Amino acid sequence: MSPSLALDILLALALLWSAWRTLATPDLTRAVVMFIVFGLLMALAWARLSAPDIALAEAAIGAGLTGALLLDALGAWKRQAGEDKP
Amino acid sequence: MNAAARLAVVLLALGLGGALVAAVLELPAPHPVLPEAVAAHMAVSGVEHPVTAVLLNFRGYDTLLEVAVLLLALLGMLAAGPGEGVAPAALPAGPVLQTLARLAVPLMILMAGYLLWAGAHRPGGAFQAGAVLAGAAVLLHLAGLLPAWASPGLLLRLGLAGGLLVFLAVAAALLGQGALLRYPADHAGTLILLIEASLTISLGLILAGLFLVLAARRARP
Repeated sequence: MSPSLALDILLALALLWSAWRTLATPDLTRAVVMFIVFGLLMALAWARLSAPDIALAEAAIGAGLTGALLLDALGAWKRQAGEDKP
Repeated sequence: MNAAARLAVVLLALGLGGALVAAVLELPAPHPVLPEAVAAHMAVSGVEHPVTAVLLNFRGYDTLLEVAVLLLALLGMLAAGPGEGVAPAALPAGPVLQTLARLAVPLMILMAGYLLWAGAHRPGGAFQAGAVLAGAAVLLHLAGLLPAWASPGLLLRLGLAGGLLVFLAVAAALLGQGALLRYPADHAGTLILLIEASLTISLGLILAGLFLVLAARRARP
């Protein structure tokens, strides 16, 4: 098996695994982190498919900005939940 | 959900997935004609990278509308909430994060400039450069160095709308050519660079705004 084929198979398996963990995990923080991991792996997959433009956009917007927005929303939601509780 | 129902769902999903794979495999092999058409017209496009040529020249109006949609999304967010009141103070952050932000943001601005310039002949361009700029703004906000945007001032509004305005101005100036956004071959490179430079700043501000406007809304009691 050539190294590039092995990398592609690993990448495909890791994509499926991270997508599954993102949807299946009950812990929201972990789900957001897995979503960012999925985005970075997806960027690698685009690069492997010779689409560097999409890889750049996916890494910057898909993983970076969307991940930051999700983390921020999660933090705000947790703060709000903490304020309502006392 | 009991075991029988779960098994039925799994079997249904597997059957659907298998049918999807079979259907895709049965599709006739595509005969792409667009790559050849793009390659044939690269000489008049003003840039050397085919993706940039398609985005900014051959299908320029698609990009124009995309920018308009992004700007509308931010305008909707600004219109939805109260615009008055003082901007909330930036969140306190640790000295490590602040130092990291101070070191990283100049590099990110440099990177955005490189991506913008590289878009003419290799992967890169306004969207990627704008996203890096937006990332820098979000990092500054998280490090407590940039306050949230409670109500954008005139300069910020100009920056937000500037990319679309420059794009529209170029499109309007070229209407005499008989087609929307058909650049004269001699000046195509300059016009594309002008549009991309203004788009980079506007897209960076718009994408950062999606984050910073929400932050201002939330900080208000």
